[in-house]
Amino acid sequence: MFFKLTTTTGQPLYLQLMQQIRHAAETGALQDGDQLPGIRTLAEELVVSPNTVAKAYSELEHDGLLELRQGSGAFVCVKRRTRSLADHVQVARRRLRDLVERLREDGLLDEEIRRAFEAELLYPAETVRKQ
Amino acid sequence: MTSTPVIQTRDLTKSYGSAAAVRGLNLSVEPNCITAFLGQNGAGKSTTIKMLLGLVRPSSGEGTVLGMRITDAEENREMRRKVAYVAENKPLYGYMTVEQTIRFVSSFYTDWRADIASKLLNEYKLPPQRKVKSLSKGMRTKLALLLALARRPELLILDEPSEGLDPVGIEHLLQMLVALAADGVTIFFSSHQIAEVERVADHICILDNGRLLVNASLDELRQSYRRIDLVFPVPPPEREFQIVGVERIESKGHEMRVFASKNAEAVVERAHNLNAVSVEVAPVALREIFLETVKEN
Repeated sequence: MFFKLTTTTGQPLYLQLMQQIRHAAETGALQDGDQLPGIRTLAEELVVSPNTVAKAYSELEHDGLLELRQGSGAFVCVKRRTRSLADHVQVARRRLRDLVERLREDGLLDEEIRRAFEAELLYPAETVRKQ
Repeated sequence: MTSTPVIQTRDLTKSYGSAAAVRGLNLSVEPNCITAFLGQNGAGKSTTIKMLLGLVRPSSGEGTVLGMRITDAEENREMRRKVAYVAENKPLYGYMTVEQTIRFVSSFYTDWRADIASKLLNEYKLPPQRKVKSLSKGMRTKLALLLALARRPELLILDEPSEGLDPVGIEHLLQMLVALAADGVTIFFSSHQIAEVERVADHICILDNGRLLVNASLDELRQSYRRIDLVFPVPPPEREFQIVGVERIESKGHEMRVFASKNAEAVVERAHNLNAVSVEVAPVALREIFLETVKEN
């Protein structure tokens, strides 16, 4: 799969990598049993520290989305949980579309909506996780 | 998880006459990481590296590299067998060919790995019969790296390795560093090229005017450093935002801009309490963090 890591967002590279792998598993771009490149290979390909790839892989293993086999690499395991996550994303998309529609009706410009979203996403992430 | 640092210094200081090049440096470099040592020209990066290697004697303070004291001649000799150093100007003998240089340098090391040297010679596409003086900057860098790596160092220290390289050369260099790190070599390199550092480094040290101003993981910096732009109908006094983590505050009419190295949520909360009509939180790129830090000093 193709990865695109950027250094201009405030997000650590390992988190970007995790999200892209998770997203690929949810959309079906990565299927159950698919193999991901080894840590060294992917680090060289993306020109990032091997620790970045190692951290992303081990967190995803912890989440149950990857299975790391000594010496043979990382394998995707898409369980039911991941699929239901994909359903959640679908539902969330619909709710977001409604919300964006309402905000536009209220006269907000897309740029203003985007900024409001980004501000909300940046600041209370930790309090949400705690709940 | 705590591991013994590969480099550790305490109050390391170097003065030349009345001018201090490095002031009270407390540096700690973790093993199995890529650490970037950032600073402007003349910030004291090279002096620090030379002190670590025992090439320059500290005026005061102390330090260890791989657990060995940098000011102890005996321990220093032992340390230099395990540490490879690529100097900024890559001092090589111009009259020798590439092949002669490799043979010459290999004679100093009992644990020289000829297999690695010949593998890298191929990989880097270095012409064995060419005289060193006719090599391009990129090729000189590759030769210097080859000489360093054929010793299988535990720690690789590079002083401005990308200096004078073109974008393709820099990309190749970074790939080599990443591959080395994957092999378990700890890497410590100085640079003033932010863009290259941003991708490969695990850890960042920022040195300015001889002082260590930042010593943090890049992930931490990315996650905690924020610029918060605020708009107020009636701007409150700046001191309302002087809280832990706020590095700098700028005001312009109804607008206020706050740079926070941490605690951005508290700034946002305070802004809401002070009736801000607009609150924008944006991440800060390493370039900006660097410029801010250096400006502050």
